[in-house]
Amino acid sequence: MSALPLVLTVFVACAVEAVEALTIVLAAGLTREWRSTFQGMAAALAVLAVIVAALGPAITLLPLTALRLAVGALLAIFGLQWLRKAVLRASGHKSLHDEASAYLREVTAAKAATAESRGRVHDWYAFTLAFKGVLLEGLEVVFIVITFGASQRDVGAAAVGAAAAVAVVAVTGVAVRAPLARVPENAMKFAVGVMLTSFGMFWGAEGAGVSWPGGDAALLVLVPAVTLVALGYTVLLRRPSGPVSAPAPASQEVPSS
Amino acid sequence: MRRLKSIGAFWYDFVVGDDWRVAVVVVAVLALTALLVHAAGVNAWWLVPPCVLAALGWSLRRAVRRS
Repeated sequence: MSALPLVLTVFVACAVEAVEALTIVLAAGLTREWRSTFQGMAAALAVLAVIVAALGPAITLLPLTALRLAVGALLAIFGLQWLRKAVLRASGHKSLHDEASAYLREVTAAKAATAESRGRVHDWYAFTLAFKGVLLEGLEVVFIVITFGASQRDVGAAAVGAAAAVAVVAVTGVAVRAPLARVPENAMKFAVGVMLTSFGMFWGAEGAGVSWPGGDAALLVLVPAVTLVALGYTVLLRRPSGPVSAPAPASQEVPSS
Repeated sequence: MRRLKSIGAFWYDFVVGDDWRVAVVVVAVLALTALLVHAAGVNAWWLVPPCVLAALGWSLRRAVRRS
């Protein structure tokens, strides 16, 4: 199988998470202090890199059949979570994720917090805000990189896809210096949910001993089938009154850089 | 103990999410597939996709009814 679907899926999944992490980092950096924010971000990235470096090679030592059964089940469960949320949002039963609103909430909380210095960290609030934001959003990426990469026996390609997405989002974020509210997050989450669910079913069934008709080409049927069914659910469940509105931000003021 | 519980809750929420029934269906269907393949010699490739997609529909219906 080509590494392209692997890299693209990881890239899109990682880009979505990176956009959410960027919102938190910007709120911490622009409202509090950049140095402590970067320290928190660097600490979280170091923890994530250690997890990938430790688990990536270890998981690839497992026999491929057992690995695909376990990873397939996990990916399908994880992908269905993403798909479920994306369908509920697209059909209007759940509010869309609003980066501008999330940014304002973080900014309001950051402004209200008191300054405290610990060790080499000048602003502990900015450090922990950036650390937690990057670590929590990054864990989902690490999960996808390790499971996808290990099943394809190509953790390196998955890591390249993730790194490229982080770089693109970071460069865009630095250029814009504002949360990337125009990124179609729900459509991206829908696409990633489709890919994770399809690959999860494919590898899970293979791990259970199934031989797919057409081999890897079965994915060319599975992916469109999952897409069509998920779109069908979205249409069937569409709320006549329109989407649920996002929670109101605590403040309407968006601080400029 | 409280720390362990919160770590467990975090990982449960991280992997399983809002509807544990979906996770149960996925695991049960894969187990049934393995049973069919290894015990009955049936290449049951057709079992997983409809069951998993039906589980998604079931979960969505429950979520919509609650909202």
